[in-house]
Parts: sequence; structure tokens; C-alpha cells
Amino acid sequence: MAPATAAQPLEFLLNGSPVHVDTASPNMTLLEFLRARGLTGAKEGCAEGECGACAVVLVADEGGRTAFRAVNSCLMFLPMAAQQEIYTVESLASHGALADAQRAMAAAGGSQCGYCTPGFVMSLFAEHYRPGRTGPCDTLALAGNLCRCTGYRPIRDAALALGAPPDDRFRRRLGQASPAIGAVEIDGFARPSTVEACADILARDPSAALVSGATDLGVDSNLHGRRWPTLVSVEGISELRDFSETTTGVTIGAGLPLTDIGRAWREAPPVLAEWLTLFASPLIRNRATLGGNLATASPIGDAAPLLLALDASLRLAGSGGRRTVPLAAFFTGYRKTVLERGELIAAIEIPRPLPALVRFYKIAKRRLDDISTVAAAMAIDQDTAGRVRRARFAFGGVAATPLRLVEAEQAVEGQPWNEAAVERVQDVIQRTLTPMSDHRGTKEFRLEVSKSLVEKFWWERPR
Amino acid sequence: MKTAGQPVPHESANGHVTGEALYTDDLAGRFPGLLHAWPVLAPHAHARVISLDAALARVEPGVIDILTGADVPGDGNTGPSRHDEPLFPDEVMFHQQPVAWVLADTLEAARLGASRVIAKYEPLPAILTIQEAIDAGSYLTDSLRIARGDLSALESSALRVEGELSLGGQEHFYLETQASIAWRDESGAISVHSSTQHPSETQEVIARVLGVPRHHITVECLRMGGAFGGKEVQANACAAIAALGVWKTGRAVSVRLTRQLDMALTGKRHPYLARYAAGFSSDGRIEALRLLLYSDGGWSLDLSEPIMWRSLFHCDNAYHLPAVEVTGRVCRTHKTSQTAFRGFGGPQAMVVIEDILAQAAQRLSLPAHVIRERNFYREGDTTHYGQEVEGADRILTIWQRLKKTSRFDERRSVVAAFNAQHAHVKRGIAITPVKFGISFTATFFNQGGALVLIYRDGSVQVNHGGTEMGQGLFTKIRQIAAESLGVAEERVRVMPTRTDKVPNTSATAASAGTDLNGAAVVDACRQITGRLGPVAASLPASATFADVCEAAYRQRIPLFAQGYYKTPDIHFDPVAGRGRPFYYFAYGAAVSEVEVDAFTGAHRLLRTDILEDVGDSVSPIVDRGQIEGGFIQGVGWLTLEELLWDDNGRVATDSASTYKLPSWSEVPEVFEVNFLERATQPGVVLGSKAVGEPPLMLAISVREAIREAVAAFGHGDVVTFASPATPERIFFAVRRVRMGSGVFTFSVPHPL
Repeated sequence: MAPATAAQPLEFLLNGSPVHVDTASPNMTLLEFLRARGLTGAKEGCAEGECGACAVVLVADEGGRTAFRAVNSCLMFLPMAAQQEIYTVESLASHGALADAQRAMAAAGGSQCGYCTPGFVMSLFAEHYRPGRTGPCDTLALAGNLCRCTGYRPIRDAALALGAPPDDRFRRRLGQASPAIGAVEIDGFARPSTVEACADILARDPSAALVSGATDLGVDSNLHGRRWPTLVSVEGISELRDFSETTTGVTIGAGLPLTDIGRAWREAPPVLAEWLTLFASPLIRNRATLGGNLATASPIGDAAPLLLALDASLRLAGSGGRRTVPLAAFFTGYRKTVLERGELIAAIEIPRPLPALVRFYKIAKRRLDDISTVAAAMAIDQDTAGRVRRARFAFGGVAATPLRLVEAEQAVEGQPWNEAAVERVQDVIQRTLTPMSDHRGTKEFRLEVSKSLVEKFWWERPR
Repeated sequence: MKTAGQPVPHESANGHVTGEALYTDDLAGRFPGLLHAWPVLAPHAHARVISLDAALARVEPGVIDILTGADVPGDGNTGPSRHDEPLFPDEVMFHQQPVAWVLADTLEAARLGASRVIAKYEPLPAILTIQEAIDAGSYLTDSLRIARGDLSALESSALRVEGELSLGGQEHFYLETQASIAWRDESGAISVHSSTQHPSETQEVIARVLGVPRHHITVECLRMGGAFGGKEVQANACAAIAALGVWKTGRAVSVRLTRQLDMALTGKRHPYLARYAAGFSSDGRIEALRLLLYSDGGWSLDLSEPIMWRSLFHCDNAYHLPAVEVTGRVCRTHKTSQTAFRGFGGPQAMVVIEDILAQAAQRLSLPAHVIRERNFYREGDTTHYGQEVEGADRILTIWQRLKKTSRFDERRSVVAAFNAQHAHVKRGIAITPVKFGISFTATFFNQGGALVLIYRDGSVQVNHGGTEMGQGLFTKIRQIAAESLGVAEERVRVMPTRTDKVPNTSATAASAGTDLNGAAVVDACRQITGRLGPVAASLPASATFADVCEAAYRQRIPLFAQGYYKTPDIHFDPVAGRGRPFYYFAYGAAVSEVEVDAFTGAHRLLRTDILEDVGDSVSPIVDRGQIEGGFIQGVGWLTLEELLWDDNGRVATDSASTYKLPSWSEVPEVFEVNFLERATQPGVVLGSKAVGEPPLMLAISVREAIREAVAAFGHGDVVTFASPATPERIFFAVRRVRMGSGVFTFSVPHPL
């Protein structure tokens, strides 16, 4: 079903110049568009946001400051570029003079075959100009880019060689506001600006699919050829990007990119940084959102275990009104949730006080930029006598949905937190978890390592 | 003017960082009306094709044509060494093998068109593992064998180590997938841009498929976005489909595989199964080794036979084997045709001998580094195939220097102290050597050609037979040419590789790109400088190079020359298993230290120190890059990258999200790389040595360090684990060694 209003031209700023696209397939990626336009610096290395060879930079608002944000252009549908300001690798050098990030990469021997290099340059460029950066560039900012040739050492050297960004057109750009990302409605793509408008579109067009950062849906499109007649982006709904921190809790807008959560949450527990570092990669975190991660209901999503351990609830909004659902009751089956047609996640609420001790563990073949074999979040509050007041054990990758082991929690609550308690939790794991074997790990490993992680959590307790 | 030996950045570095360096698919916009190709994929690992019905595909919007076997004017078989790779098979030999290709205006239309082709199959039984192939007697080669000495020591030695080791394969994961664009050129002939390591063979295969003489086909490789052996022969089929599409439609055709198609359709490093029995003296000297190697060759022969030969040549690594019988056989399975990958069979065999030595050390309660050192080749020793190990003293020199600079002995004590204090986290440190033979083992490949053109203004174009895949060949060639001509590098332009400049070239492979093509460039430059010398002598001392060139032109002296080089003194008799297959050996060693977490099986690479013999480095940044990059690629193969196939023979790890190559988290926190000093290699261009492949095998130090760390959880028991050392394998290895059970019981189901 066609959107109610007439199709509008798609407009955005590309390398400083306005671009008008009259007809765009909503399933065309930004990468395909750029390459067809002759901007072939961005490459397709994997088409699923793993390698970063397609990275470009967006100008984005970062809590009131303007910043460059490196993103995977293979996971942005072209209509999502509407009203954005985008820079590609071709725009960095000026009259033959390389940008600092480019010069450093070249001089350090940071390129061999060169195919991944433009993507690295864009990630490094964004990090070089990161507002508020005082020390050297954070090499973890490049963790979403894969290189098969160099072994990364020279790229690390290039990143560490960069000082403050020069006072140039790019730095001056950061002194001005980022583009406003408002409502858009073009053929096959809608970006409403309110929850209500979004719910309306979903209600009147049963074929419409919700999209947030597209870091999962885009993979479905690129790798599995899945197509949607209409995509409805939540990126224009400012309410979904709100963040608030009060004495009673923390509320995270469901559409806030993961990167911004780390920045906005000022009194975050240490587990947040551990978790974010292991959660996908910077290029993904710059687009991906908690709402998207939870709504896809993947049993191996990294958000659910930690949020379950923090007793999070979800604020849902739709044409039928608003309601709040505990996250523990949100997943109903493999890739299934309580979300109704026309309903979306508006925010995630985390009550305070937070547990005194929270840890997040991720078992994966590769420490950074990988998908969980098993993910676990565990939390413990103890009373002054050392007895467990509150325990939370939440796992991903061990059943059809992420889950909380309530039985295990009850088995230790009121008891001392000791090796005997660990064994009781392990016993529940042994009896109740139902992992599967796949290319990430066997079911035996998933079960045994889940038990082992409880012991690790105990062993690593503050002493 | 000294240009060789200078640390210059990659010749295309500025193009890389600005995005201006072009790769095959970047050229698509230059071909109006370009068609895109998508294959029709068979959903069986083994099946007979009963029928193909493309009627529905033809009416799909945007679809222009369907390529099938009936369209091939020549010989539709692309097998490089044996006639065993039909482009359009009647019998499907691996899951997702293409049976037809759809050409369309867009890739999307081609993909949809391919999904509309109705193919009917009769499924046949499939062989999916090495063991299944052995049981079924399914082989691609006879047994290859090298032997010397008396194996009776196997029965009489103080210690016998026997067992088997399974080694996983490796996906190349060059960042640029296979890509070709073909078009009919201005003269009506076929031209092809191809991401190929072997333009001459790509040309040969296209000519064969089209049934035309090779002079009708021109293949050009601008540069590759990585190759690592994966484009040595496997680029040919894509190029042939593109050329056939042009032949049939008259329009330019692009064949670019998506990552998933590339991983599903192209060959990988061979998985291996090794069965061994070795005898050791009580002081850890290896007295005899019987080794049986099986590789999983996949559906067709490809390069599997020379790869297995290289395994046989390298089962000694750096160790003198007084008595040995090594036998290798390539299994035929219904999988992708496994192919060349950096190291070319050497790494698998070297992992096996290091595994055997490590087990012997644990059984004899000797440090592994002591046993390794005791077994080194000494000057004057010969290999099991009868080649003298020239430069063998460098093994010990490198070993001793590296132990000193890495503070190996001191750090072993620190590691032991750490382990005594930590119950659930243990560290391990290991040092391993590398000796790697340099030359194509097929002697005739060891030739290189060049064509050097100088213009009257003194600017230079260098053409040669090698291809640039990121290994820095063009950077080195530019330095070599500038050095040979006595000009600044900026005067020298290295041209894209084209079959109409230098014909009948060899693949850029076997680490020999610089040795062969660099020497050919030197030959051409010497001819020219020989002619220019008298001209320069007749001019004032202030004459520039351009002045000399202009004067030479006016004196009717040619300013161009062809260069040629063939590696001398190499030969091998495969029947006798004797000869001198390698012109020389490359040497190196690495020390790695890891930390293993028993709770998760995960490890961290804390530090690696490398000392590598690169001869006199032509290009230090390039050489260091090859060492570091090769090492990390080896770390990926041995610890991280796990290729898995499902029960239907489909590659289960067919994407970047399921197949993990090293990222930032695999880089050692401290990474010290040095070259062996005063290491001039006689008889090689500018005294340098090959560096492309040997460093990959330095990563064995990481596998051995993990073994040491796992052993520290136990009480002296032997630690074994298959490769790669994934967290899951290490998690269970730690459990076994903690329980102290079963590890001494070697099961040898098949007597050797």
C-alpha cells in the first residue's frame, strides 16, 4: 500500500554538495548509490557490517555537540540518507593535500592491498575529530574495520601518531549544528517524527516494517535478499532518542544509538563500558539501538542479558496506547515478542538502585566484533551479613530466547554467596538450559561454559 | 643514488588512503550497458543435473541472457592442471556449484533471474570428510612419498610418540572478492580486467573456453584487494564466465562474487589429517618419523598435488630427521576445490612436526625449546629429499639472538611464577623456528619477464609479469628499477600487469614475485644502462638522466629492453623423491606469550617477538608488513578461523559474521619485529630474500604457547588439541588436563 502523501525527492548533502534523488529503490543501499555515482572509495567487503570497508561519515548530534560518526554504508538504505550530511573518503584530501588521518596511514605502512583502507581512514578521521578528545586517538574506534593484510600494528601506529585535528573546514563544520533529521515520506519509505504518526503508518499499511539502525534488517536484505514494500524508520522520532537519569531509575530511548548510551549515562556502573566494548563494533554501535536489538528478539542479542540482570522494563507505544512490560516477560518464543502490530518499543527503563555487583561475560570466537556463542549477565546484592538479597542470572545463546534463571536466583537468595551457592546455580543451569549446536559452538560447550561463567563471576568478586 | 633498502611507503599508498586506487569492480561505471552475472546454484553436494529450464528466468525484467554449457564455443573446462573442472557441470560436485549463469542489467535482476531457473537434480551420495574419503578410497592423487634412512628406530627408540592431528582449513577472505569485467575491445578482440594472480593462465583459460588463439585475449590486473593464493587459479572461472558472456551478448559483462558466493564457491586452504609415529632418544633427539598426511582436496585437483609435495618437503621444518618416511595423498570430497593459500601445504606439515616435538618434550619432562634446539639442522646436513640445507647455521643464530632480545629464559621464570599464583588463569611462552623453501616446486614456473621502457624525457615505465595484491611487489620493483637505472623513484612508473606486455608469465606466488620479476627488471635495466653508459660518458658531467636519454635517442640507441630471469640450479625427481627443489631457504623464529582463561577457554596474545631473515631488505616497510601480516594471518588460522560444513556439505561459515578473521583483539599487546642483520643472500636480487609466506608459520609459536599454558593447569600430562585452538577446544583441553585422564592413551585406529 502506498504512503498517503505523494512521493518527495530524496535530498541530502554529500561531500558538501546537495544531492537530489528523484527515484530511489527503498532497498538500494547507500553504498550501492555511492559506487554507482563514481564514488568507489567505499568498498563492499562483506555487505553485513562486519568489515567496515564501506565506512562513510555522517554529521550527527552527540548530546548537543556536533560530531562525525563513521557508519557502514552497506547497512544504510538510501532513503535513510534523507536530510543527512555525508562525507566519503573522496572528500578528505584538499587540492592534493592529504588529511592527517590519510597521511598517517600512508606513512605508517597502514595499507597493503588498500581495499580496506578507505574504511579505516573514515573511522580514523571521525576519531581524529572527535569532540572533546584530549589524549591520543582511541584505537578501539577502529575495531569495526577488518584488515586481512597488515596485522593492524601499522594502523595502530598511525592512529597513535595523530595529534589534535587542524583548524580546517572539517573542524569548523563541527562548530555548527548537525542536520535536523525530520519527517520524510517517499515511495516505500517513511520516517515519521512522532510515535503516534509511526503507529498510524503501521496500522494502515500491514506490509510496513519498522527499522531503526538497520544493522540487522540490512543484513537480512543484503545477504538473504529479503525485501520490504515499505520501511518505516524511527530515526526521526526525537522521543526515542531521549535519555534521563534520576534517583529512581535510568530511561534510555529505544532509538538512541548504543554509542550515545555510553556517552549519556554519566553515573553508569563499570559493566556498561565492558558490555559496550564487546557489543558489535563502533561502526555498528553508531547506528544500532536497544529498541532494534530487543525487538529482533534474537536469542544471541547482547542487550537482553544485561538488561534482564538490571531488571529493565520496556515502555511500549502504539495505536492502542502505551504500556510498560518487564523485559523478562517480553520474549515469547524464538524471534517472538509481546509487541503487537503497530506497537514499538519507546524506551527502556532501568530501576535504581542498581545491583552492587554486575558483570557481563561474552563467549565468542573473537573477543571484539563478534556474535555471542553465550552471553551472560550476573548481578548480586548482599546484605551486611553477606547473604544474597538480590541475585540475577541472565543468559543468551542457551535457549530459544534470552532468559533469566529465576529458579537459580531463588536458590541463592537469602543464602551466603559462596561456592555452595555457585553449585546450586550450576545445577539449575544443568537442568533447565536447552542450548543447540551450531557453527558458533556445540551445545555441550554452551552448557558447560554457562556453568563455568557462574564460577568465574564468583571467583572475580571484589575481595 | 640509494633507493633500494629505503623504508618507503607502499607505491600506491596515496591512492589507497584517498580511495583513488582502483580495483576491478571500481571500473564498472566505465562500461556502458554492463551486464551483471549471478549463478544458478545447485542445492546438493553431489547430484546429476537432470534438466535446466530457464524459460521463467528469461521473462524476468532486466534479464538479458542465460549462459549454459551449450553456449561454450571452445572447451568448457577450466581445470588448471587436470581436465577436471567443467564450467557447466552435468554432475554437481559440491554444494552450490554453479550450473548456469544469468546475465542481467542489474545484479538484483540477475539474482532474481537465477532464482527463476528450474533445475532438476538426481541427488547422489556425497563424501564430506577426509575420513569418509579414506573409507571410500576417494582420492585425487596417488600416494606421494619421500623417504630416507632406517625406520627400525621407531621400534627401538627410548620414546615413541604416536597419534593423529586434525587441522582445519582457512578461508582466504581477501577483502576484495573475485571480480572480472570483460568486454569486446576496439579491435573486436576480448579484453578482461581480472583480479587474478596469474593473468597468463586466466588468458589461457579464456582462450580455451572461447576456442580462440591466446593472442585474441588480453588480460589486465590493475591490483588486487588481497589474494593470498586464492586468486592463483580460482580467478579463472569468473573471468571465463565474463568473457563467455561478452562472446554471446556483445555487451560488457561483470562477474563479481558477493562475499557469500565467494565463500561458497571458491577453494580454501586444505584441511589435513596427519597420522604419525616418531621415535626419540631419551635426550629428545628425533630418531625416526613415519608420517601419513591426508589433505581434503575438494572436488577437483586444482593445485592440490604440488601443495601436498610442499607438505612432504616441510614436514622437517628446521629439524634434521635421520630416518623418515612421509607419505601424502589428496582426498577427493564433495566440497569446493581447495587451493593455494600462503604457505601452500608447508604450514600444515610444520604444525605436525612441532606438535610431535612438543609432545615428546612433555613426555620426557624437558622444556620444548630445548628439544627443538637439539634437533636443528646444522651446516652440511641434508634434508630428507637430499638437498643441502644451505645457511643452516642461521637457524641457531636467529634462535639464540631472539631468545636474548625477547628475554626468553627470564620470562619463562616470570611465567612460572605467575602460574604458581593463579589458579584459573595461566600463561604460556613458546619459541618456534621456521625454515621455508623458496621456489616453485614445479621447476618450469621459476621464470620471470620484464619490459622496461624509457622515454626521451627520462621517465620510465616498468612492465613485468608479477601482480600486485598488497604484498608490495610493485613498491619493490620500483625501488629495484630506480636503483638499477640510478634514477629517483619518482621517475619510475610501474605499470598494471598485462598479458600484452609480458607474455607467458608465471603466477605471482610461492613468495617468488620479487625474486623472479625483480631479477628480470634488473636484467632489462642493465641492458639499458650498458647502452647509456657510453652516451653519458660523452656528455658533460652536468648532464641529467633526461639529457642522456635524449642524446641516446638521437644516436639511435634503443631506450627499452626486455628482461628475463630463470632460477638456476633447481631440479626435483618426484619418482625418486630426491633433488634440489629450492633455490634457498628462508629462516625465522618467533617467541609468543599467551594467557589462557580456564573459565572460558579464551586466550589473549600478550607479546610476540620475531626475528626474520629477509636477506638485505629491499623495502623494510613492505617486509615488516609481510612479517606482521603473515604472522597474524597464521594466528587466525591456528586459533580463530574455523571452517565448518553442515551435514549436507554446505559451508556453514559462509559470511563475515560466521567466519571470524583476526581483528584488533588478536594483535599482540607487545609486537617486536626485527630482521636478521648482515644477512645478504647470494644470487638473489639485491641480496634479498623472499618474505611473503614464511612468516605465516611463525604463528605456530602461539599454538605452542597455548599448549604450554594449558599444560600449566595440569600435572605434567601431555596436552593435545586439534587446530584451530578455539575457546571451545581450549576449554575442554583444560578440563582434560586438570582431570589428568586419558591424555596418555593415544588411539591409533589405523596402523601406520
